[in-house]
Amino acid sequence: MIAFALRRFGSLIVSLIVASFVIFAVIEVIPGDPASFMLGVNARPDTLAALQAELGLDQPLPVRYLSWVGGMVTGDFGTSYTYKTPVAGMVADRIWVSLPLALYALILSTVIAFPAGIYAASRRGGVGDTAVMGATQLGVAIPNFWFAMILVLIFAIKLRWFSAGGFVGWDKGVFAGLWSLTLPAIALALPQAAILARVMRSSLLDMLGEDFMRTARAKGLTRRRALWKHAVRNALIPVLTILGLQFSFLLAGGIVIEQVFFLPGLGRLIFQSISARDLIVVESVVMLLVFLVIVVNFIVDLTYAWVDPRLRRRA
Amino acid sequence: MKAGFYIGAVLSALVLGLAVLSFVWTPFDTLQLDVANKLKAPNATHILGTDHFGRDILSMVMMGARTSLAVALVAVGIGMGLGIPLGLWAAATQGSWLDEIIMRGNDLIFAFPSLVIAILITAVFGASAVNAIIAIGIFNIPVFARLSRGAALSLWRRDFILAARVAGKGRARISAEHILPNIANLMIVQGTIQFSLGILAEAALSYIGLGAQPPTASWGRMLADAQTLVSIAPHTALVPGLTIVITVLGLNLLGDGLRDWLDPRLRVDRS
Repeated sequence: MIAFALRRFGSLIVSLIVASFVIFAVIEVIPGDPASFMLGVNARPDTLAALQAELGLDQPLPVRYLSWVGGMVTGDFGTSYTYKTPVAGMVADRIWVSLPLALYALILSTVIAFPAGIYAASRRGGVGDTAVMGATQLGVAIPNFWFAMILVLIFAIKLRWFSAGGFVGWDKGVFAGLWSLTLPAIALALPQAAILARVMRSSLLDMLGEDFMRTARAKGLTRRRALWKHAVRNALIPVLTILGLQFSFLLAGGIVIEQVFFLPGLGRLIFQSISARDLIVVESVVMLLVFLVIVVNFIVDLTYAWVDPRLRRRA
Repeated sequence: MKAGFYIGAVLSALVLGLAVLSFVWTPFDTLQLDVANKLKAPNATHILGTDHFGRDILSMVMMGARTSLAVALVAVGIGMGLGIPLGLWAAATQGSWLDEIIMRGNDLIFAFPSLVIAILITAVFGASAVNAIIAIGIFNIPVFARLSRGAALSLWRRDFILAARVAGKGRARISAEHILPNIANLMIVQGTIQFSLGILAEAALSYIGLGAQPPTASWGRMLADAQTLVSIAPHTALVPGLTIVITVLGLNLLGDGLRDWLDPRLRVDRS
């Protein structure tokens, strides 16, 4: 297990290094001169020279790369050009919207998908199964931002249970904060729940055909007890991987959903920075998102190997 | 699930038909603004109503179908055109450094959610339908590479491949002449799935303003425009949204049905 973890950790580091290369190349090398890109064609030469010096563009590329990565590692994400404040501070404010939103959606999607998937599998081919599978077909076909608009129309505008957008802030209390994230989280969770329910169902159906299930029934367990005691536990293994993948989709999906609800999260920050051509913010926040995704996948792989020892020898 | 296949085929054909028809005829000109008739609910003249500029929504949906289908189709083409050769190559040289590099590269692309790729591209190159295609297409490459590598690997162990090798065929020729035809069905099925995902991705990108730019009609843009109007003119949001749902649902059902029809051995629950 330790050898496996070390090997996976090695590839985690390599992934992060390559990802940082790619992001650095796209943002700082491909546009030619990032300073003139940020200021536009009508910039005054002295403003341009000042920004070039500020960004350290007079330095050779490897030095710039290393100082950027070094800064990220020590928590210095650079200074936003438009807001003149450290990017780290801006990120710190917004991550407390994006991360709870993704987690909230992940929990919702699990809470919906697990019972639905188990129910469908236990009634394979029946009316309940068909209904759940039909609902999941619809769930994956609905764009989450459109679903969000419909939720706003019904629950915020017509019923007035929620506000149509914005985030009240955690200082108003945990409940108020969660309440204002509820509609966004539901919108974000729906398609993921549909996918997860399908994975849960098919993984459970695979287990129901296994020999150990027949043994369990033969030793006198009822269908229900055999299902819960043996099948569900084993079926969770592939579901776990999907959960890890979903977290990254939820983080990225948040970028769109934050737009619908005007939530002050990382997604809106990236988006505003693109409009303002603030490449420093885009570069650092994208790196942070990719970092989160890679680390989450690493943790999922470790958990996976821990749950299923057969996997440690592969990979 | 035979019924699903036919429903999917009909829905997909309907959307495709609308897109093709838009080249020769739309009920109204989508570039013509008619502010006197703005935000009209569905009626006899405008059967799906009008938007905030008085443009006919049915015509906009037809023009938008063109954009959506074109973007998704080209993106799938990029994914297949680059992903399948890479996957076949990796499988043919299984275990070599080349295989390793291809597969690690794929893992890396997977670490970037497609939306993040799109954001990086648009941050530097600006927002356009072409850049949306590239972003979605890049994300499709590892999908096809992984799938084709996996399918090809199991074929390489088969006797008929051994026979081809004994006959003196090289790896590239075996991949092209024997492996590819045998995995084509699988790729077509995955193609329909990626196609529907591409439509969703294009809509999302256009919605946040990173996809097709006006005056190009796009379902995502129509939804973005409708966002502030949803309470006074719900049809402006309902129509494009339902169009996306119908299209994606149709393609998914078609994909499921195709899979069952083309290869009964693949009859597993799609997840």
